Amino acid sequence: MADRPPKKVTSTATPSAAAKRAASAAAKRAKKSQHPSGGGRRLQVVPDPPEVEPQASGSGLPVDPEALVAMLVGVLRAAGSSAGLTGEDLERRVAQALAFLRRRMTGDYVVDEFGFDEDFTENVWLPLLRPLYKRWFRVEVRGIENIPDTGRALIVANHSGTMPIDGLMTQVAVHDTHPQHRFVRMLGADLVFQSPFVGELSRKSGATLAANADAERLLAQDELVAVWPEGFKGIGKPFSDRYRLQRFGRGGFVSAAIRTGAPIIPCAIVGAEEIYPMIGNAKSIARMFGFPYFPLTPTFPWFGPLGLIPLPSKWIIEFGAPVETAGLGPAAADDSQLLFDVTDQVRETIQQSLYALLMQRRSVFF
Amino acid sequence: MGKVVLITGVSRLVGGMTAQRLSLDPDIDRVIAVDAVPPTHSIGNAQFVRADIRNPMIGRIIAHEKVDTVLHLGVIMTPRQAGGRTSQKDINVIGTMQLLAACQRAESLQRLVVKSSSAVYGSSPGDPAMFTEEMQARHTPVGGFGKDSAEVENYVRGFARRRPDVQVCTLRMANVIDRSLRTPLADYFSMPVLPVPLGFDGRFQVLHLEDALEALRTAALSSLGGTINVAADGILTVRQAARIARKPFVPVLPFTAAAVQQVGARLGLGQFDANQMPFLCFGRGMDTTRMRTDLGFEPAMTTREAFTDVFAPAARRAAVAMGAQRG
Repeated sequence: MADRPPKKVTSTATPSAAAKRAASAAAKRAKKSQHPSGGGRRLQVVPDPPEVEPQASGSGLPVDPEALVAMLVGVLRAAGSSAGLTGEDLERRVAQALAFLRRRMTGDYVVDEFGFDEDFTENVWLPLLRPLYKRWFRVEVRGIENIPDTGRALIVANHSGTMPIDGLMTQVAVHDTHPQHRFVRMLGADLVFQSPFVGELSRKSGATLAANADAERLLAQDELVAVWPEGFKGIGKPFSDRYRLQRFGRGGFVSAAIRTGAPIIPCAIVGAEEIYPMIGNAKSIARMFGFPYFPLTPTFPWFGPLGLIPLPSKWIIEFGAPVETAGLGPAAADDSQLLFDVTDQVRETIQQSLYALLMQRRSVFF
Repeated sequence: MGKVVLITGVSRLVGGMTAQRLSLDPDIDRVIAVDAVPPTHSIGNAQFVRADIRNPMIGRIIAHEKVDTVLHLGVIMTPRQAGGRTSQKDINVIGTMQLLAACQRAESLQRLVVKSSSAVYGSSPGDPAMFTEEMQARHTPVGGFGKDSAEVENYVRGFARRRPDVQVCTLRMANVIDRSLRTPLADYFSMPVLPVPLGFDGRFQVLHLEDALEALRTAALSSLGGTINVAADGILTVRQAARIARKPFVPVLPFTAAAVQQVGARLGLGQFDANQMPFLCFGRGMDTTRMRTDLGFEPAMTTREAFTDVFAPAARRAAVAMGAQRG
């Protein structure tokens, strides 16, 4: 698990501010030394307030914690320099990594009521996704200015690609290209939260259950929420149906937006359809595992785990002009006809942007 | 007019301390503390009456003493406290039925306050992030304390229908914690090595005993009816809590909970309650808007502060207190 820190660094209790100070002080001290290993030996990550001192020495670890920290610093430094970092920047990164590990070790991070762990998302989750976003799919983002700098909004996007990678890429796209680096709070299906690891990671990275209670609660807290109303019908459709929008659920997302007065931002994602072209569906296997479908692609399951490597299609994520709902008033959320109309309007907007983007696209992979 | 309060379940910590607190309250004239076994701790100026709530005698006490407020705190959390699961269920469910039957006849009764638990919401992957009072459990708890609490609430609702003149207030409390309180959650965090579910990390809230007592006092004295969620602010996850408590943890497969319970007991690692596994996997959160706006109660400690106060090692508590002074 990515969020579990290595077992033994040190187990002293200190507030995170002190941790950061200590870690940067440690890094400075280490920099003066010529030999990284020799310098590392003198490193101290703990600022030694007298009350905590006995705890540090009496933590009962079989190995000297200081030596371990020194080793960790050495490893981090080596990793940093192999990644092309030098001097100040390298030392700053090493100090940051140490401070992060300390926070994780001591539980000194905040999880919000939906289970969103900002510290983890910012420092582990998004960095893990970034190579896929930048180098593999080379995502191009358009219309990011349609996402407000502050306040509630509901992104509604098309769903595709057999695996919900479009959600992950949207998350990176908004965080990295938006001037306020907003976090996207995704709404996911029940199955996501039933699945081990997937459910846990989803909650930690800001997702919650796609139900009106949760959606309205997030919007009421002025969060930026994203939903893929096609659900499994969209993500698990055959390759021959690519870029053809499926039914938009039952329009629950529209009622959530109207009730909270949040603007709906239509979002068209091009490129995700081609990552795992689903040419068949092994329904009997799917039923056995309780999955909504079991995909057969040109590579999966024939090449085993290798078949899980997505095809490197070129992606475009376009955010359209917001559909305002604030003027309708919360009572309009009970007007079924209005809900259907807005749902259709949003769906049609996304379908048209998809066609427009496909016309502009030179090829699937470039 | 004098206010006479009857409290059940006073042999246990929450009941006893509530009796003590209310007996010292100037707004209350008399406090009658009832339980089948005498309390081992002080109950202040409260008058102890040894009575089993499963016995019709309780009705005579209510009538004779002209009790106007009943605080039902007699729902037992662990089989250990009751001497076995059968006896626990008997006291919780049958006891509540008998008590309510007695209350129904009592003409002096004006108010009933029941301590229930967040366990009635169950724990499942289909749960909303935060339960409001109107929401139902997605999967009703199947066994133990959670099921008892749900049944108790059912009978209380039935009572409220039959006696519309009585204000009925049900407090759904998050896990109450204190250094001297032994609950399944406290047992769990006292294990030397914590078994955590592999691939899951449930969120949870707690309520410090001090805040729980204050909430009960507020509810006893207010004239508010209905169900109210009571929990401290903020949320922790199981692994985060384990790190705050400085406990090592081992991931275990969730479906092996019963085996973990047996192995844990065999190796002397402490009490692991297999019924807790869904809670550890999916956790539970309660919305506390009504607690603030309607009941007008604000817990003094956040979930993190309460948990740190009760479960973190002494050095850590000192460091946190130091940080709080500084910042």
